Amino acid sequence: MADFVSEFWSWFIIIPTVIGILAMFPLVYFNRGQKQSGEADKMGHSWDEDLEEYNNPLPGWWLNLFYITIVFGIIYLILYPGLGSFGGVLGWSSTQRYQNELEYAEERYGPIFEKYQQTDIRTLARNDDAMRAAERLYANYCAQCHGSDARGAPGYPNLRDDNWLWGGEPEQIRETIANGRTGVMPGWEDALGEEGLFNVTEYVLSLSGRQHDSAVAEKGKARYEQLCVACHGPDGTGNTAMGAPNLTNRTWLYGGAQKTVMESIAKGRQGHMPPHGEFLGDSKVHLLSAYVYHLSAQHEQQ
Amino acid sequence: MTRAASSTRGAAKGKPSSTDRDLEPSLYAKRQKVYPREVHGLFASLRFAGVVALMGIYYFLPWLQWKGQQAVLLDLPARKFHFFELTFWPQDFIYLTSMLIIAALSLFFFTALAGRLWCGYACPQTVWTEVFLWIERRIEGDRGKQMKLDRAPWSGRKAWIKGFKHFVWIALSLWTGYTFVGYFTPIRELGVSVLALQTGPWETFWLLFYGFATYGNAGWLREQVCIYMCPYARFQSAMFDKDTMIISYDRNRGEPRGPRKKSADPDALGLGACVDCTICVQVCPTGIDIRNGLQYECIGCAACVDACDDVMDRMNYPRGLIRYTTENALEGKPTRVLRPRVVVYGLVLLALLSAVAYGIATRVPVDLDVIRDRNTLFRETPEGLIENVYTLKLLNMDRADHRYSLSVSGLEDVTVRLDDADLTVPAGEVREVTVRLQVDPYDLEPGANDVYFTLTALDDESLTAEQEARFVGPRR
Repeated sequence: MADFVSEFWSWFIIIPTVIGILAMFPLVYFNRGQKQSGEADKMGHSWDEDLEEYNNPLPGWWLNLFYITIVFGIIYLILYPGLGSFGGVLGWSSTQRYQNELEYAEERYGPIFEKYQQTDIRTLARNDDAMRAAERLYANYCAQCHGSDARGAPGYPNLRDDNWLWGGEPEQIRETIANGRTGVMPGWEDALGEEGLFNVTEYVLSLSGRQHDSAVAEKGKARYEQLCVACHGPDGTGNTAMGAPNLTNRTWLYGGAQKTVMESIAKGRQGHMPPHGEFLGDSKVHLLSAYVYHLSAQHEQQ
Repeated sequence: MTRAASSTRGAAKGKPSSTDRDLEPSLYAKRQKVYPREVHGLFASLRFAGVVALMGIYYFLPWLQWKGQQAVLLDLPARKFHFFELTFWPQDFIYLTSMLIIAALSLFFFTALAGRLWCGYACPQTVWTEVFLWIERRIEGDRGKQMKLDRAPWSGRKAWIKGFKHFVWIALSLWTGYTFVGYFTPIRELGVSVLALQTGPWETFWLLFYGFATYGNAGWLREQVCIYMCPYARFQSAMFDKDTMIISYDRNRGEPRGPRKKSADPDALGLGACVDCTICVQVCPTGIDIRNGLQYECIGCAACVDACDDVMDRMNYPRGLIRYTTENALEGKPTRVLRPRVVVYGLVLLALLSAVAYGIATRVPVDLDVIRDRNTLFRETPEGLIENVYTLKLLNMDRADHRYSLSVSGLEDVTVRLDDADLTVPAGEVREVTVRLQVDPYDLEPGANDVYFTLTALDDESLTAEQEARFVGPRR
């Protein structure tokens, strides 16, 4: 208990507490006299002419409650923290209790996750019991960003389709969850200029077969092959090694409207998936990888 | 006597004067043990019937089976409360609230009408004390023998009698604790784990604690609970008026009291009907003298009524020197039974009871919770529709599995997309599903739109739950 700035405050609590409790004992003891019950005394005041107050004594056994309280207080302060920085002989602390709860949960549910961890991700994705458990993990750790239906939101990838920024193989998914990913698209505003920006945007839209001005797109293609090809590839299918999105499908991570695409090119984008391996542990990451794999596999069946 | 002397301790030390002693009386009163004398009669029989009925229900109910499971089981870990045909969920908390309000109102109603009926016949404190007294009398004998035994010095016989009494008391108390826990955990399986000494920590605690409370309250504390601890004993005076039924001694008829021969004419002796036999005091479980008038200690058990009637019969006097009456009747004024407060309590009680009965009779064992996804207000599909995502919790509170259908209203041309169209929920389970609603932005009001989800069981259309939610679209 290092919560006190100096030893003084610890004693500031201990001394009055101990003196207070010890002083209770003589206070109760020297007032212990019991009389035979009978007509109770009156307090000697009267209101409204005849309204008087009785001074009824407490029942004799009440005295024992005071003694019990004193003894309880002493025992409690010996066993549990309460006297300044003295931690109590039981060593109880709320942090310790939290640790105990964690250990208990680990002991109880650990073996289940262990068993799942022995199973290959593709097989595990077909295990209904495992997927129900994973669904709860997903709701706790992933749904905040990827949505409770796992279809994502602008800037947060949809997990139910078969488009993958960093690859959809079980091992790649596991790597994404455990160590996180950071995708960086630099801004090309200065390099492209206003007209160049418009031209490249038209070319990007043409890659997925969307409506575009082909003359303008043709101009944009030249700039694309200078600046974008390193990451997004000559055919625009992206690169899962560095999380560069495929530009030929109709999935738009940050939105597919023409001006939104132009903004992405001009200002660049930064995507960050935080690492989860350290606090979730390998077995939970394994189970979640299977769940994400299962979501995408469901999509393919439909 | 030594205790009595200690109360004048101050004077013995010679410090405070006698006037000081008057101002500083002893803080504690020595408890005088009450030895209620056994009593027979109409009201004693009524209370006996009450004890048998209430104890019977308490000890028997958890053993009752209903369609293969315990009829009454309050399953706290699963948060399901089984009563015969019905299973209540935490969502049905309103019924518990209503039952508690009804219990409080009944207390008001019956107290205003008939005084402390609850205290005298139905309160667990009275009922268990009655049982413990019965055991005590079978083992130690009636009042006289008990007092003699307590005065006698310790001997092998006294130790055996006292020990045997406490053994029986403790056995009954433990059985009471066992029964109590049996309302919360299946009682038959609990028996097995008790025999194997493998009860869980909470089961062990409550079994012992409830047993200890029974033993302490009914064996040792008894009337002290009513006099010093019970709040109801104190606030009941607020419900009393001069038309409330009380147990009272008829002072006009009884005084002046005094002993006499059965053959003597009381009028000639100048005596009232009270023979001053003090049997009414001896039978009183709280140790008061009813002849001193209405007192807060009186729990209205009518033991003194039975005892006095018995004496009156033997004296060939009319019964009813101590009787159920009202203050108005004692003063010779008419008693009004139907007072405004009785009528109001009665009507409110009736209304609440009907409302709860109607509520339970028409209760639908299905419920639906709708939680809108909060990370994104809405999404736009590649087709340009506005999409909102909801997590639905389907609560099947019935005892059979059901497959449900979901319908959505309140939005024009709404498309409902479920990832799993088979909405089957096993009996007594909660299932979470995500659902997407898609609407053409043309059909939306700017901002939030009201939307209604309706869940209906496919095999039983009466199992329906509706829930309101919001559908958020662009502001434009």
